[in-house]
Amino acid sequence: MITAGIDVGSKTIKVVILKDGRVTGRGMKAAGLEQAESATVCLRQAAAEAGIKESDIEQIVSTGAGRKAVSQANSQITEVGADAVGTVHVLPEARTVIDVGAEEGRGIKVSAEGKVVDFAVNEKCAAGAGSFAESMSRALEMTLEEFGQISLKSTRSIPMNAQCTVFAESEVVSLLHAETSKEDISRAVHDAIASRVASMVRRVGIEQKVALIGGVAYNPGFVNSLSRSLETEFVIPDDREYIGALGAALVAVERSKGNK
Amino acid sequence: MKANYGYTDGSGDYYITIETEGCLKCTEHDCVDACPQDVFAIIEDDYDDLVAAVVEEHRRSLAYVCSECKPASDPPPLPCVEACPQNAISHSW
Amino acid sequence: MTENKQEFWRWSEYNWRDENKDWREGNIVTAGIDVGSVSSQAVICVDGELYAFNNVRTGSNSPDSARRALEGALKDTGMTRDDINFVVGTGYGRVNVPFADKAVTEIACHARGANFMAGNEVRTILDMGGQDCKAIHCDEKGKVTNFKMNDKCAAGTGRGMEVLADLLEVPVTEIGEMSFQVDEEPPPVSSTCVVFAKSESMALLKDGWPKSKVLAAYCAAMAQRVASLLESVGMQEKFFITGGIAKNRGVVERIEKILGVKAIQTKFDSQIAGALGAALFAKTLYEKRQAKGVA
Ligand code: SF4
Ligand code: SF4
Repeated sequence: MITAGIDVGSKTIKVVILKDGRVTGRGMKAAGLEQAESATVCLRQAAAEAGIKESDIEQIVSTGAGRKAVSQANSQITEVGADAVGTVHVLPEARTVIDVGAEEGRGIKVSAEGKVVDFAVNEKCAAGAGSFAESMSRALEMTLEEFGQISLKSTRSIPMNAQCTVFAESEVVSLLHAETSKEDISRAVHDAIASRVASMVRRVGIEQKVALIGGVAYNPGFVNSLSRSLETEFVIPDDREYIGALGAALVAVERSKGNK
Repeated sequence: MKANYGYTDGSGDYYITIETEGCLKCTEHDCVDACPQDVFAIIEDDYDDLVAAVVEEHRRSLAYVCSECKPASDPPPLPCVEACPQNAISHSW
Repeated sequence: MTENKQEFWRWSEYNWRDENKDWREGNIVTAGIDVGSVSSQAVICVDGELYAFNNVRTGSNSPDSARRALEGALKDTGMTRDDINFVVGTGYGRVNVPFADKAVTEIACHARGANFMAGNEVRTILDMGGQDCKAIHCDEKGKVTNFKMNDKCAAGTGRGMEVLADLLEVPVTEIGEMSFQVDEEPPPVSSTCVVFAKSESMALLKDGWPKSKVLAAYCAAMAQRVASLLESVGMQEKFFITGGIAKNRGVVERIEKILGVKAIQTKFDSQIAGALGAALFAKTLYEKRQAKGVA
């Protein structure tokens, strides 16, 4: 059986194609203005990688903030639901899932079957998500990769007062004027995002093992700050940004079976 | 006075409202000790009344500061709200 | 940020004095100093009447800005600091006014100042500055009955407006005017967050929207946000607006339309509301102290 999961996030669209329980194709594309169009292109990409025709796909499930924009989808599932299923599939021991993307953060408690037990989300304020680090790296004229790396070299923690990305930019500028090192600024920024994500995760409670997924999990500075803040280690899957799409594709399998 | 401390941001409204008429009748000031995060302090306000207020340091981060009192499921009563004998404290979220 | 844009929120420095009054004939001389994030004002009152005021830019040093503001107000009056019976400091730098006898929050001072400037029928006050937004409800004495102050989030502040002005390369001073150059009012920008609203605006521009239409959508979103803040403290007439945003028609007129209420205009410069309120507070406080015999 062939199914597909499409995750239409605020910044990027991800597609996973599953054939008999194995991932055979993937696609990723910037969401841009025309989500529907980008989703179509992305799906085509993934189908090509899997070496199949789009018409071979039995069932498509979409997820993500823009999931309703995908006309090809047979059905939809929330990000929280898709994250839970996808994570437990790749990391069966995971009981807590933390998903941090560019515009949102989620804390999810999951059962061994991949069911959502409890969840909390943090969205629509850039200060609590990955784009905060992006804005700050831009303010320091560094790439996001560099910015995340240098955080690890910081030797002290300085608190950021601003709780808003916009005001924080001015604060970063004054920190620079005060000759604070970029390393310390980077750590302050990552600590700030981490403390916001951590407080949300505490609302669902932490149960081992803790999986960290989403694009921001590639940022070592953030992972380090969050780990310190929550006093726990994480398991981070390889294809961390595809977990939502994978979850949707797995749900598509279930739903397809249910239909027969 | 209804004193609202907190903020509105893209994600929602996070205000703690203190009905200071209540504080004027209150002798216990139990809110201060009840809160695990030290959110409250008794201050002399602009009209020389002794009232409870949310401390400056937490006013811009209440959503995070209070998160442990507000678990995602089956939230118990809030310690601050419970502790206030005048029912003067309420939360907007 | 160009100098020109800052000007809008900073206002220009100026100074005023009631030429027809001789302060020596008065009994109680009080001063209010409002040290804001961008500008600082000093107001001198004689027996609870406005006598002189001065407005300066806030420098990096708050005590110094407070001093400069007061010195400007004293200029040509023959008055010295020693002639002032009581000084109240307010504004975000209120604890940094070295010669103040007491600090009072800007919420209380704005209410008191608005009550004086716009009359005791004023019930709701909006103060929207470069870095914060305050909605205040007060009684006929100018005493605060309900307030909300938002200085966490840049959305709904002058700063949020600047971000958009930068993106569109339009001077902040022209935003209001330009936002009305549309055939039809577009729906408001859907994201509240300035960061996301900026991306949304970029998308609209790419989509071929003219700048004026994007501005209209942004001003409308800001107006909605402020209107709901006002409603949450109990919007009631009469309604008075202070602070830098009072000059942005694009936001003010849209707020008035949503609320169905026009803000009242006064002969006073709304910028001095905080410092004036502080000077009036100073009089009350001085009289209280006199009564107790400790002054
Ligand atoms: S909810 Fe908890 S942390 Fe928040 S003010 Fe009340 S007692 Fe304090
Ligand atoms: S606080 Fe800043 S980052 Fe958060 S919603 Fe407001 S403008 Fe956006």
